[in-house]
Amino acid sequence: MADQTSKETRKKLIALGDKIVNDIERSENPNIEIPIRALSNVVFDKKANQLTLGNKTSKRYYFNVAHAKKFMQTMMVASFCKSLLDNSIHASIRDMYYNLKRTLPDSDENTIDEQSESDPLIVDIEVSLDILREQLHLTTDRKGIVAGNVVIQDRGDSIDWSKLGSGGWSIPSTVEEIDIKKVDADFVLVVEKNAGFERLHEDKFWQKHKSILIGTGGQPSRGTRLLIQRLHDEFKLPVYVFCDADAYGVYIYSVIKSGSISLAHVSDRISTPSAKFIGLTISDVFEYDLKKATIKAKDVDIKRAKEMLEYEWFKRNPRWQKELNLMVEKGIKAEIEALSHRGLKFMSEEYLPDKLKKKDFLD
Amino acid sequence: MPEIKSIKKTAEDFAKEQKEISISEFFEKNKHLLGFDNPTKALLMTVKEACDNSLDACEEAGILPDITVKLKQTGEDKFRVTVQDNGPGIVKEQIPKIFGKLLYGSKFHRLRQSRGQQGIGISAVVLYSQLTTGSPTKVWSRTDEKKKVQYYELFINTEKNEPEIVKEQTLEDGLERGVKIEIDVVGRYRKTQSVDDYLKQTSIANPFAKIVYQSPEGNKTTFPRSFDHLPKPPREMKMHPYGMEFGVLQRFLSKTNSKTLQSFLVNEFSSVGAQTSKEICKTAKLDADAKPPSLDRASIEKLLGAMQKVKIQRPPLDCLSPIGNGELEKSLKKEYPQAEFVAIVSREPEVYRGMPFQIEVAILYGNLGNTDDQIEIIRIANRVPLLYQAGACATIEAVKETDWKRYNLQQPKNSLPTGPMILVIHMSSVWVPFVSESKEAIAPYIEIVKEIQLTLQEAGRKLSSFLSGRRRAGEAQRRIQIFERYAGEVANALHILTGKEPSGIEKKIVGMVKNRDKMKELEIQEQKTSEKEPETEEVKSKATGKAGKKEIEEE
Repeated sequence: MADQTSKETRKKLIALGDKIVNDIERSENPNIEIPIRALSNVVFDKKANQLTLGNKTSKRYYFNVAHAKKFMQTMMVASFCKSLLDNSIHASIRDMYYNLKRTLPDSDENTIDEQSESDPLIVDIEVSLDILREQLHLTTDRKGIVAGNVVIQDRGDSIDWSKLGSGGWSIPSTVEEIDIKKVDADFVLVVEKNAGFERLHEDKFWQKHKSILIGTGGQPSRGTRLLIQRLHDEFKLPVYVFCDADAYGVYIYSVIKSGSISLAHVSDRISTPSAKFIGLTISDVFEYDLKKATIKAKDVDIKRAKEMLEYEWFKRNPRWQKELNLMVEKGIKAEIEALSHRGLKFMSEEYLPDKLKKKDFLD
Repeated sequence: MPEIKSIKKTAEDFAKEQKEISISEFFEKNKHLLGFDNPTKALLMTVKEACDNSLDACEEAGILPDITVKLKQTGEDKFRVTVQDNGPGIVKEQIPKIFGKLLYGSKFHRLRQSRGQQGIGISAVVLYSQLTTGSPTKVWSRTDEKKKVQYYELFINTEKNEPEIVKEQTLEDGLERGVKIEIDVVGRYRKTQSVDDYLKQTSIANPFAKIVYQSPEGNKTTFPRSFDHLPKPPREMKMHPYGMEFGVLQRFLSKTNSKTLQSFLVNEFSSVGAQTSKEICKTAKLDADAKPPSLDRASIEKLLGAMQKVKIQRPPLDCLSPIGNGELEKSLKKEYPQAEFVAIVSREPEVYRGMPFQIEVAILYGNLGNTDDQIEIIRIANRVPLLYQAGACATIEAVKETDWKRYNLQQPKNSLPTGPMILVIHMSSVWVPFVSESKEAIAPYIEIVKEIQLTLQEAGRKLSSFLSGRRRAGEAQRRIQIFERYAGEVANALHILTGKEPSGIEKKIVGMVKNRDKMKELEIQEQKTSEKEPETEEVKSKATGKAGKKEIEEE
């Protein structure tokens, strides 16, 4: 199956090359059509509960001083991926940056100066050719940890997520080719922070509550998002997301559930529309007597919350409007660590069990 | 405090002490008024006065000037200045007066454009020379090859303001025709803002003159003629009524040969015909047949008022001798062949206080020094370069008041613009209003400053269109470079993607870049689609502190 996708991906890359060569041979301005990845072209699909890309596109021309360099870089990235596929090897996006960075002839200009220039071009190719970065054989740094009663098979090795000591298993950037052999859990708990993961892992939360514990370490990587989706889809496990009570925390939940604005094109492939928000909410702050542990919200936090109040997918649920409005009105935020205000084990032994028991989730 | 003994003087005592001061004595004590305030300037003034006289004489005699200037250092601070011309020479009797008497000259009592105006210049040099070195000035003059050379060594008797001849000789040889003078002065030589600059600029302003210069180091420079014909001789002009002042009018009235007031106005003034004359008399409520000398003070006052009130044609303009657009351009290109851009602008003559004048401006741009430095300004009045007192000059005021930013130059507030540029400003007039007798700066009369500004603006517009053209050309060049630079990588990438030969693809791209029409067409297309490529929206808001990494979405 992997071979088949590989062939398809190669074909698409070659077709892109043929199109450009054709433009050049016909003395036309060589161009690539790229769907626009901005809020203006992101549509919320109510049925699927997902963000999807609209059909606005822009063209990137070679003979346009504002586009020329990006055009060249895009072609370089495409050719790099083609070489990876040709040789059946993988490379990290940082490898790619170093591999493609060189000085252009008769100048002191580099093909690429910063990795931040080449990274978005990968997404450009993904959206215009409708393929995934993983299919282009590009990997990113590992991000995200998991622990639980699960056994998987990865490149021939059998790995038991329950027997990895204090560290847990680092989630690789590509999880498509992993075989999930055995799962013994009732739900997945996703924690935004590594510190929260450590706390719950040490308190053996996943054993006591028969669950899979995932730490995202901030915005979840694509690998992590795909893993969450697979656990949900393949094993029908409900997914609960546990984040800070601030706009950024809520957005992390939203990314896991509906996809992100900048990666709207892959929403359907890596998001989990049925994921629910378990906490922390501003209401919880009052409910669980955490007022003393709140932090004054910064201007950016308030601004972000106001922006999110306007997002269609937060407008559907009045409870979300209430929570976001509370952030704005009270001008406070709370980290999940704030629960330690009530005792170090308050999170694992009282707060989360209580929420689970009450099924107090936001959707 | 010690008591001050006061000595009381009587009017008679004063009378004993009061006596006439000769003009020579006055200038002896006020050297700075003539521009001899320091040794550097003194050396320049010596060369300048001699050259100005030579050029005036040659031009009036219709001779293409050949001038040789030689500086020789004879002591630590002493120089011997020799200036020789091929002009008409000076007749024997006039030589002592011209060189040995201040305020003796032919140019003061007439209204005609010339370099000298007052008849002070060269005699002031003689005076300075004798004051600082004690040496007499040596003069050779020959009016005709058939005649002999007249040789004088002379001083000025400062009390009497009369020449004091030390030696008088007739020589067989030593000069073909013209005047040669040799003057010893205390001075200091430097490269800039002195003799070298003066001669170079003189050559620019007088493209019909050939000047050979030998510096104190012995370096010989020749400024060749760039034109082989003299400018049309400027005509002498009568006073225009608008420039009249009470005292002058009073003198005119008493000296005229005209029998009636009406004919007086017609005969003594420019632009006044019978009709205008009648109107002036009528406006002044004076009898047109009155005898001019009979007018009393009150009548003169009324006449003067009427002369300003009545609409009178402007003065004739053929009394001016501008350098000429073509001449100026040619001589500037000769002097600054490296300049990328030269523009000459001259406007129609204008009038200030009844005096016609004309402004000519030249702009040279590019390859002329540092972009961050102030521009260089060459100021010229009646073909004579002005090197000092720039701050007091109408030209500089006009340059500062012009908004050069409009013409794509940098200009710090209230100062001169910066850039690799030379500005030449020439004012020609029958009477240039200098701020002092040393003739270093043009008085900033409103009419003059305004006219200079208008001329500068016109020149500025030419510069601006050159600069924007150059920028466009630069941009087009940059576009081409960009498209060529990236072609290799694009071709290589396409080779990897499609297997096609990279050299063929690159050739085809470069071919398109080289095709001007194709590039034009694509540029138009580019302008149409030139809105910036929509960027992926920054969802990654810039939260600080704890939010740290979490807003950076992995891709």
